[in-house]
Amino acid sequence: MTDLIPFIVLVPLAAFVINLFFGSKMKGSTAGWIATIAVFISFFITAGIFFEMMGRPAEERPIHFVMLDWIHVGRVQVNLAYLIDQLSIIFMLVITGVGAFIHLYSIAYMKGDRGFWRFFVYLNLFIVMMLQLVMADNYLLTFLGWEGVGLCSYLLIGFWYDEDKNNNAAKKAFIVNRIGDFGFLVAMGAMLYQFGSLNYLDVLGSGNNMVDGVRHAGLALGMGSGATIITIITLMLFLGCTGKSAQIPLYVWLPDAMAGPTPVSALIHAATMVTSGIFLVARSNILFALAPTTLAVVAAVGAVTAIFAAMIGIFQNDIKKVLAYSTVSQLGYMFLALGVGSFTAGVFHVVTHAFFKACLFLGSGAVILAMHHEQDMQKMGGLKKYLPITFGTFFIATLAIAGIPPFAGFFSKDEILWQAFSHGSMVLWLIGAIAALMTAFYMFRAVFLTFYGKERFDTHHHTPHEVDWKMWLPLVVLAILSTAGGFLGMPSVFGAGNVFEQWLEPVVGKGTEIAMTAGVAESPALEWALMGVSVAIALFGILLAMRFYKSRTTLAKQEAQLGAAYQLMHNKFYVDEIYDKGIVQPLYSISKNFLWQIIDVRVIDGIVNGLAKIAEIGSGSIRRIQTGIAQNYAVLIVVGLFVVVGYLVMF
Amino acid sequence: MAPLSHYLAVSAILFVIGTAGVLFRRNAIIVFMCVELMLNAVNLTLIAFSQFLGDQTGQILVFFVMTVAAAEAAVGLAIVIALFRNRQTVDIAKVNILKW
Repeated sequence: MTDLIPFIVLVPLAAFVINLFFGSKMKGSTAGWIATIAVFISFFITAGIFFEMMGRPAEERPIHFVMLDWIHVGRVQVNLAYLIDQLSIIFMLVITGVGAFIHLYSIAYMKGDRGFWRFFVYLNLFIVMMLQLVMADNYLLTFLGWEGVGLCSYLLIGFWYDEDKNNNAAKKAFIVNRIGDFGFLVAMGAMLYQFGSLNYLDVLGSGNNMVDGVRHAGLALGMGSGATIITIITLMLFLGCTGKSAQIPLYVWLPDAMAGPTPVSALIHAATMVTSGIFLVARSNILFALAPTTLAVVAAVGAVTAIFAAMIGIFQNDIKKVLAYSTVSQLGYMFLALGVGSFTAGVFHVVTHAFFKACLFLGSGAVILAMHHEQDMQKMGGLKKYLPITFGTFFIATLAIAGIPPFAGFFSKDEILWQAFSHGSMVLWLIGAIAALMTAFYMFRAVFLTFYGKERFDTHHHTPHEVDWKMWLPLVVLAILSTAGGFLGMPSVFGAGNVFEQWLEPVVGKGTEIAMTAGVAESPALEWALMGVSVAIALFGILLAMRFYKSRTTLAKQEAQLGAAYQLMHNKFYVDEIYDKGIVQPLYSISKNFLWQIIDVRVIDGIVNGLAKIAEIGSGSIRRIQTGIAQNYAVLIVVGLFVVVGYLVMF
Repeated sequence: MAPLSHYLAVSAILFVIGTAGVLFRRNAIIVFMCVELMLNAVNLTLIAFSQFLGDQTGQILVFFVMTVAAAEAAVGLAIVIALFRNRQTVDIAKVNILKW
């Protein structure tokens, strides 16, 4: 099975190439099927490797698969090599598994689109790049994938490029991500300086040694030699993560990214790409553990993002915008978990979130298709009876995200809240809990507005139809996973022991051990109590949403009565406007008035034109000696001869 | 037998006359002949040194020079004829369009 590792990437890559060159000539859905089957093949190989890994003892599970010597400069060696271990295989399973079903869904969703084949070209390329990101055995190859998924994200957000709005969203996503990528690059530079290598095994191995060294010297973490640079490395890596995983302050691109087709939102902007930040932190867990300052920053940013995005999500009327802010908020949860040192809980939430959020997005896609590309929830309502399967799956996924047991989201979110409480602080827990309340509220608001109440669209002219099997099958599969997926990481208080935690232990165990502050002692009673609180909070949120939205029709007016708070949240706290005034416009102004008008026009053009002018003036007089009369040249030759001979004779 | 310096003096005089002709005469044919004169001045020097040093190399070189001069005469005269046919003049001061 190990020999098949390259094919996990090569098969989608082959499909990408085939569709790229021949896709435009294919009839019907051929291009879509090629792409989908390729990703399914990847998924089966990944699953095969996964089961093979399961059969082995924990320490023999990681597979280091070197394919090529990629870059070899001085003592730095970077290979084209894959490191498949317990962490990457989880991500690979999610990427190929969820990815395959979203491909299948897309065949129906994108049917008849002018760019049908182009869509699958991008989607396949995305899968290849995303796999590159998680399978890489070094930071540089991860960075390749990191940039690659950014490119695909850009291409897919701007997929319908004939609308300005979409292009602007695509550019925004790309530029905001570049800011984060800058952090990643700086981190890699600092790593080369500190460790002389970019390979995970070397860097993390050195990190391990540093841990031992610090302990041996009896120092606190974050002290001793190299502590500062580790803090810089991790902070810069985290800057990269805030870009790719849409955290404050760089989250602004994700809600706009919803301009892309809905399957893209599900795959890239909910299930996979945006979780690459979590992957990176979990992968570098030793480094983060060595930098308590960074961990505190991560936890704080995560918690604040979780609640901030949830607040914005409450009063959005575009169904995809609600889901987008919900994604930002859930990613905040994941970083909160990572920040308190519980790398397992963070990764576990990535997995469950991939299931239920992909399901929600695909469900919203089905709704949008049924409503003829209407995304405003104020114009929906009562869709329950028209779209029973979509409603059922959407409802299950909503229960999951709201944190109702036994759905997947409950276990992962509760684990995060518990870890935040026991190893973080009361404040972090409280923020997380309030955000959970809001999550339950706004998600059920979306459900009630979309599926319940009276139809707020013209029922005479069109009746929404349930989607075909290619679309509902992925919905059902994801709904089942959203229901059952949580049991993988059932907290140990339930008695069975946390399977997920045990699986990841070899990768993140040491990091977790040193990153977690002592905190509250493990107490089953307290954990049960907090669990009860979380469920109560979620139920409260649902009831609140039911009270306000279940049968209301004139919601816009009523919400507006909330006054300033509503305005603030509905308008996303004016963050886009603040960024525009505070950063974009000044930059634009500097670029235009200084860099362009002064530096470019005066200085650079001045130098270039000046040199040309000097040459012109100089040659203008000298060229007169070229008279066209051969005898004048002969005179010059003779004069030159006299000079040379005279010189030779004299000296 | 005359000493080497006499030969060299004659050669130098011939060369200067040739050079002056090339530089100052306007008639292309005369300029042309002056070039030949310069070449032959050089030939004279070569022969003189060859004789003086007892080395045959100089004489061989003279044959080369004469060959080249013959070729040059053929080409040069052809050019002068072509020039005359086109412009009805052999005054080289009037042939000056190849310039800035």
